[in-house]
Amino acid sequence: MNKIKITIDNKPIEVDPGTSLLKAADTVGIKIPTLCYLHLEDLNIENKPGGCRICVVEVAGRRNLAPACATQCLDGMIVRTNTMRVLNARKTVMELILSDHPFDCLICAKSGQCDLQKLAQDLGIREIHYKGEQSHYKEDRSPSIIRDMDKCILCRRCEMMCNDFQTVGALSGINRGFMAVVATAFEQDLVKSPCTYCGQCVAVCPTGALTEVDHTNQIIRLLANPKKTVIVQTAPAVRAALGEEFGLEPGTLVTGKLVSALKQLGFDYVFDTDFAADLTIMEEGTELLKRLTNYLNGDKEESLPILTSCCPAWVNFFEEYFPELNDIPSTARSPQQMFGAIAKTYFADKIGVDRKDLVVVSIMPCLAKKYECQRDEFKVDGNPDVDFSLSTRELAALIKQANIDFLTLPDDDFDSPMGESTGAGVIFGTTGGVIEAAVRTAYELYTGKKLEKIGFEELRGMAGIRQATLDFDGLPINIGIAHGLGNARELLESIKAGTCSFHAIEIMACPGGCIGGGGQPLHHGNSQVIVARQKAIYQEDASKPIRKSHENPYIKKLYDEFLGSPLSEKSHHLLHTRYFDRSKTKVIIKKEQE
Amino acid sequence: MNKVKTPDDLKKLREDLQGKIKLRESGGHPESIVQVRVAMATCGIASGAKEVMTFFMEELEKRGIDAMVTQTGCMSYCYAEPTVEVTLPGKSPLVFGFVNNRKADEIIEKYIKNGELVDGIIPVTYHTITEKQQEV
Amino acid sequence: MSKYKMNILVCGGTGCKSSASDLLAAALRTELAERGLSGEVQVVVTGCFGFCEQGPVVNVLPDNTFYIKVKPEDAVTIVSEHIIKGRKVQNLLYTDPATQTKVDGSGAIDFNKKQLRIALRNCGFIDPEKIEEAIARDGYAALARVLTESSPEEVIGIIKKSGLRGRGGGGFSTGLKWEITSTVEADQKYVVCNADEGDPGAFMDRSILEGDPHTVIEAMAINGYCTGADKGLVYIRAEYPLAIERLKTAINQAREYGLLGKDILGSGFNFDIELRYGAGAFVCGEETALIHSMEGNRGEPTFKPPFPSEEGYLGKPTNVNNVETYANIPPIILKGADWFSSIGTEKSKGTKVFALAGKVNNVGLVEVPMGTTLREVIFEIGGGIKDGKKFKSVQTGGPSGGCLTEKHLDIPIDYDNLIASGSMMGSGGMIVMDEDDCMVSVAKYYLDFTVEESCGKCSPCRIGNKRLHEILDEITKGNGKPDDLDRLRNLSEVIKDTSLCGLGQSSPNPVLSTLEHFHDEYMAHVVDFKCPAGQCRDLMIYTIDAANCVGCTACARVCPVGAIAGERKEVHSIDQTICIKCGACLEKCKFNAVLVS
Repeated sequence: MNKIKITIDNKPIEVDPGTSLLKAADTVGIKIPTLCYLHLEDLNIENKPGGCRICVVEVAGRRNLAPACATQCLDGMIVRTNTMRVLNARKTVMELILSDHPFDCLICAKSGQCDLQKLAQDLGIREIHYKGEQSHYKEDRSPSIIRDMDKCILCRRCEMMCNDFQTVGALSGINRGFMAVVATAFEQDLVKSPCTYCGQCVAVCPTGALTEVDHTNQIIRLLANPKKTVIVQTAPAVRAALGEEFGLEPGTLVTGKLVSALKQLGFDYVFDTDFAADLTIMEEGTELLKRLTNYLNGDKEESLPILTSCCPAWVNFFEEYFPELNDIPSTARSPQQMFGAIAKTYFADKIGVDRKDLVVVSIMPCLAKKYECQRDEFKVDGNPDVDFSLSTRELAALIKQANIDFLTLPDDDFDSPMGESTGAGVIFGTTGGVIEAAVRTAYELYTGKKLEKIGFEELRGMAGIRQATLDFDGLPINIGIAHGLGNARELLESIKAGTCSFHAIEIMACPGGCIGGGGQPLHHGNSQVIVARQKAIYQEDASKPIRKSHENPYIKKLYDEFLGSPLSEKSHHLLHTRYFDRSKTKVIIKKEQE
Repeated sequence: MNKVKTPDDLKKLREDLQGKIKLRESGGHPESIVQVRVAMATCGIASGAKEVMTFFMEELEKRGIDAMVTQTGCMSYCYAEPTVEVTLPGKSPLVFGFVNNRKADEIIEKYIKNGELVDGIIPVTYHTITEKQQEV
Repeated sequence: MSKYKMNILVCGGTGCKSSASDLLAAALRTELAERGLSGEVQVVVTGCFGFCEQGPVVNVLPDNTFYIKVKPEDAVTIVSEHIIKGRKVQNLLYTDPATQTKVDGSGAIDFNKKQLRIALRNCGFIDPEKIEEAIARDGYAALARVLTESSPEEVIGIIKKSGLRGRGGGGFSTGLKWEITSTVEADQKYVVCNADEGDPGAFMDRSILEGDPHTVIEAMAINGYCTGADKGLVYIRAEYPLAIERLKTAINQAREYGLLGKDILGSGFNFDIELRYGAGAFVCGEETALIHSMEGNRGEPTFKPPFPSEEGYLGKPTNVNNVETYANIPPIILKGADWFSSIGTEKSKGTKVFALAGKVNNVGLVEVPMGTTLREVIFEIGGGIKDGKKFKSVQTGGPSGGCLTEKHLDIPIDYDNLIASGSMMGSGGMIVMDEDDCMVSVAKYYLDFTVEESCGKCSPCRIGNKRLHEILDEITKGNGKPDDLDRLRNLSEVIKDTSLCGLGQSSPNPVLSTLEHFHDEYMAHVVDFKCPAGQCRDLMIYTIDAANCVGCTACARVCPVGAIAGERKEVHSIDQTICIKCGACLEKCKFNAVLVS
């Protein structure tokens, strides 16, 4: 196709048709400021409402200023991005936005990470000429997410993630004019909405309007309590991202420093969720084989595909939108909850501590985990298997508060026995990882043969929906993978329609899997950050001496000493769960029909 | 109701229907067409004014004359009922007395079509209906 | 078919209907039936006559007698006097304000003299609930001609040549819009009628839909034929129940006659129309917002391009035109592009319907050729300013138009002249203001509307208009500063320059135009803290004139806050720190002793 020739700030540029002024300017080093615009290129996610009007530029021959993000280059365009008119407009618009924003930057959870704050600095705003009434809304606290809409600037990124990418539909713009705000249906609390707590709204919010529920103070108090034994588990995706909070390049693995820091914070035992991931594979892999065998033997009761169930936002999603498929996902609990169940039984017995005095903390890349650990089915006499779930960001804050110089920390090792894991457990952190881990074990258990090549490259990548057919010694096994709940919905619809030929499907709610989770350090719209974390995860896997869950000696020991075998009665009791119809939206529709 | 299947159907339908609103079409420009006013007070009706009015309406249309037929009150020529006032475009009104269908036919053919005077014009001191109204 | 001797046309537009014109029509029918005249006199309920100020209006034909402010109880008189005795009912005739004489023929009324009704040609003339009456007035003749005689390209050529521009406000060439939609390749296209009339006080679209729905249906079908769409959608606000009812009836009748549906008039062309209801958001008149609303999404505009002609309803090419634009199409086809383009000014052809309102004698709907001056509309058709007051300003173009002054009165009205004068055509609202109107308050009033109706999507419109309103509010309360005027100007210009859609791009017009034309009035507010028009309550000071006060205590008794003190038969005084400026004392005083400054 012919190139388009335009001039931006007197620089001639040639671009492909369809290129926006914003991207064109970027190619010649002109960084037009943006606010609402968000483009996660590798994930094909774009938010381009053209609403903030910060990126306006002057296009010769046009009556009004044009938003650079939404305006396509046309041949012969002459564009100016920094004229007096543009700068005045930009500043005035910014002053307007700030005039309807609380001035509590110093104590805001987002301070230092806030896109609005940074932009105000970049634009040199020193005074607000248009002060006036500010919007006030009730703060909305859910188990995972806090909505403080006073700080909302209506960039609509959250709405785009929630509706377009996740197809959850919990958030939408409501009301008009100055009263316009992003809210749930009928302005109910988030808990009454179909929200899955995936936290992708938090991950993209440019301000402090959407943040996670902060549990750091409770942890500090518990760590100081001599009567409590406080143990911690850290998810695989955390080690691939935590370094970013301390200025390290995205994709830097900080496993050893992470363990060091946790020990220095005063946790009595530092364990690895990867251990529980290996345990998950034992249960889920065995379940897959059992269901597959039944199916192949012609058992009409057996339905395939089997769906993974490690992702709590995904569980919330199908309970909300596909309750009729509740019997398809694996009944295996998530690694976080398997860890908690084993910790408060097997391990508590081992160290002779009553479960009421044993506090299990998890460090997760996730906000839905905060909700998951509060589910009733994961409590014994009201005592939760996992007491608190902290996000990667909260852990970083905790480390900073405890004056720990993270970068100079020596590497340390996880404690035994629940700190030992395999490469299979590590790759749980990325899209495609859980199913690859499951396949590594299922293949060997099913065929009785040793895998020659451990890595399944065909299952890896960043495409939203992926599929591969694996050869199980002559038996073709169809695997499906989806990350992002919108992609998951597509696969679920095909299951409902009966057009799905997969035997097993892995689903992760967040883009890229847990590495792109809602509790991770903010990517600020740069999807390369997530790609780099994925590389780090596979790098950690490759470096592990053991890379198949069933070969983890501590897992074997756990079955020998305590559980018996996968899918045993004890396993069933401690490591499996069931699902509920939580379709709130349906309830509303039913009520209306009555 | 029959569907209109062709443009010709529509045209035919339109021509059939135009009569229905003709009354209104002519109301917009009364001064440019023939105006026939039939006195329709009790005495006029008793003498057959109603039939005369219907005759005028039907015949003028049949004979393709663009005209407006209206009724008025008593013109005070009780001796000469039915009375009819005819105004040709740009001319003064004339009042005819003792109008029956035969007379009406003559008025149409001679006066309205050709401007020829016919017998039965009520002369001199009459007042047109408009002048009468202003007196009221 | 019985032969009617007379027709009594009763306006059944929303305005007259709300003044009981439906009861009037029923009373006329009863009265005629009682006197055995049902077969001779037909009562026709029509669409809006336009002369709403004087409603309910009645036109008796063929003698073309125009009655105003007719009440149901007048039915007896009309039948017994006019119908039976042939005597016009004098007290129901219109009185010419200039000569104070009774005028009987509708054509003799000033209000109607200068009008040229193309879009409104059938309003107030036919019964909108009878397709037969529409057909008798050439309804669907243009569609028939187009389907049998012309290719889509030829028809588009005629529309382009006619010079017709969108009547919804933008003024974009209608023919060009059709051409773009027709050239985009797609498996499905749509034509949409924008009946989301949102300007306060504007009701031409409603009147057309209520008075002549078939012309819109016909024009949409022609539009469908030209653009390659077989589906039409009318986006109409749910607050227009009568228009919706009549449109539904009309669509059903057109289907029964085979003028909508499959193989229309044997041409092989298929077209049908569905209604979509809007909840009445002003911004949904913007075509992209309208389309999103029809799709079931939040009614918010999106950035253009892509234009709806390329990617519209459900992502398919969609041609959106306003009701009044459509109403012009059939006459253009039947009478030709040259006829249409002979009316109007160089760049604005044809006529425009205005909703004339405010401090003018004849409030109503008027259709005049483009190029008619504001003076003609206000002083001739509108009958001048009410109560003999002085003309001050006229605001055109709906809530985001500008306020024009005396010096603009002789400008021929067209799209370009209005924009050049700092206002716009909009959908044709025209609000006249007199010497008692405070222009700061007027600007504030309009901002109040746009603040409320902004969709909130883009920051300048959402927050900027709110801030403009706040600054204006402070000025009217006596808290203004001279540099507020600079702030108003800068903010207005940035809002216009940066807003996403036409709403924000024009909402500061009332502020900018009043700042320019009534600068002194603003200065009086922010420097002297006075409101020259005496409208801003907070700027008024009530005092008692000792010379006139007789000490009757009436004012003290009526004062709701006890701000007035004084003994009986002694001069009273008002405590300014307590006075809330309600004006009750002024109204009560019989001795002109209360002064306002």
